[in-house]
Amino acid sequence: MTTDTARNIRVLIAKPGLDGHDRGAKVVARALRDAGMEVIYTGIRQTPQMIAEAALQEDVDVIGLSILSGAHLELFPRVVEELRTRGVDDVLLFCGGIIPQDDIPKVNAIGFKGVFGPGTNTNDIIEFVRNNAPQRV
Amino acid sequence: MDAPELIAGVRAGDRRALARSITHVEADTVIGRALLAGLYPHTGRATTIGVTGSAGVGKSTFVAALAREQRRRGRTVGIVAVDPSSPFSNGAILGDRIRMQDLTGDGGVFMRSMASRGNLGGLSEMATGVVDLMDAAGFDIVILETVGAGQDEVEVATATGTTVLVTTPAGGDEIQSMKAGLMEIAQVMVVNKADIAGADTAVMQLRALLAIASERTWEPPILKTTAREDKGLDEVSDAIDRHQAYLKGSEHAEQERRALAQSQIVALARGLVQRRALAFARAEGILGQLVDDVAARRLDPRAAADALVDAVQRNWSRSE
Ligand code: B12
Ligand SMILES: Nc1nc2c(ncn2[C@@H]2O[C@H](COP(=O)(O)OP(=O)(O)OP(=O)(O)O)[C@@H](O)[C@H]2O)c(=O)[nH]1
Ligand SMILES: [Mg+2]
Repeated sequence: MTTDTARNIRVLIAKPGLDGHDRGAKVVARALRDAGMEVIYTGIRQTPQMIAEAALQEDVDVIGLSILSGAHLELFPRVVEELRTRGVDDVLLFCGGIIPQDDIPKVNAIGFKGVFGPGTNTNDIIEFVRNNAPQRV
Repeated sequence: MDAPELIAGVRAGDRRALARSITHVEADTVIGRALLAGLYPHTGRATTIGVTGSAGVGKSTFVAALAREQRRRGRTVGIVAVDPSSPFSNGAILGDRIRMQDLTGDGGVFMRSMASRGNLGGLSEMATGVVDLMDAAGFDIVILETVGAGQDEVEVATATGTTVLVTTPAGGDEIQSMKAGLMEIAQVMVVNKADIAGADTAVMQLRALLAIASERTWEPPILKTTAREDKGLDEVSDAIDRHQAYLKGSEHAEQERRALAQSQIVALARGLVQRRALAFARAEGILGQLVDDVAARRLDPRAAADALVDAVQRNWSRSE
């Protein structure tokens, strides 16, 4: 008889950059918890190295970045690069915050599948994660 | 990666292999069980330290400061931090990393967050397994932070060699009402947040409590720390080292190891028996039938529980 317990989706919610806009990240973290996920929240002022290292150690399925400072096109590629050097190649990346419409295709091209701006209903975020999180073990 | 590859990776210090192995053990997969079987013979080298105490006393801050002190002493550190799962959604916010930020860039430290997943006792059911993985991975020190709540979280004492109980000056009333059980599991007592008023009073209260507790051969030291400022961790580390030396030299060492082994087996077996029994009773419709009977008051709950266990027992002896 197998006793495999249900595997909870593990999500890292991180805030790269130097600004302190953490309300959105906390709202998203709580919404995902209430949807039954295990959310690792690392707080503000995360460097790309810290985010990638936390993702590796925590072996998360999903990484969500919250960014309102305007530095996404500078910071997102560095996060992806840090993940690659660590061999973390099977996570779902998505993001939210203030990302201008014109930048969305660029952010997608960097590897972020979902982009959620101000006013997003958290149910849409939950549904996105449920539908796209990789099932690995 | 399959189990043999993961085992080799863990033993070779591959961090990604360790991270994935923990995921398997936590989910109790077939691979996870193979990993524990393969790696357990390579455990027992690390010094394992449990850190417990009420919510917000500064356990995570303390663990980070203790880890930094251990790094200064040239030792590598694995950290497992357990936070509570929501009883409503089964989800969890694991926030202990926030206090351990500066350790993230240190290659001599590996930190993993776990949700308690409904387990009582302050730990996740698989926390001891994760400690074993870090031990097998070669970390000199493995620190386990428990869920911070209440006084029934004494399970940590069955998972680690030295247990540190963290309190604060603000916890005076709490210290006075502290149950003997919590005192007896701790080999090092810490009054953290010693920068706020009342630390010496708290130390005196702890000392008074210890004086009335039962006879023992190890006298738990009571130490003050200000974890947020990295103060007092030198003394704490010395005390932990002294306790480890005591453990090794003690004539009861073998007895203690056996007691630890027994409580770990019993804790895990309890969970397994419960899950397997309930899975069987549900699948066979036995539970549903009993629920009908009790809800209609044809049967009392105690008799229904008996019937359930009898049915499980019959089934298990048949499948032998
Ligand atoms: C509140 C606020 C602040 C608060 C922040 C409090 C806090 N602890 O968060 C305070 C007053 C401190 C603040 C300060 C500043 N702010 Co301000 N602030 C805002 C404001 C008005 C609202 C942000 C907010 O909290 N919204 C509520 C949350 C719930 O919404 P949200 O973050 O958008 O999150 C939602 C989605 O975006 C998405 N989401 C967010 N993160 C994530 C992550 C993932 C993974 C996913 C899936 C989804 C997701 O889901 C959420 C739910 O729908 C915005 C303007 C705006 N309308 O957005 C400016 C804004 C972000 N601030 C701005 C600026 C410039 C500043 C300052 C630099 C101002 C100054 N000159 O001093 C300082 C910076 C200080 C610092 N060191 O950080 C600019 C940024 C400009 C830019 N990007 O180019 C904005 C856009 C205002 C503007 N129009 O100019 N700010
Ligand atoms: N004044 C003071 N505050 C401290 C000290 N150590 C920790 N704190 C603060 O206490 C609060 C809680 O710290 P944590 O380390 O998260 O406490 P915890 O016991 O791990 O909390 P839980 O895991 O939620 O139970 C934070 O605001 C810390 O900054 C200290 O030495 N002095
Ligand atoms: Mg904590």
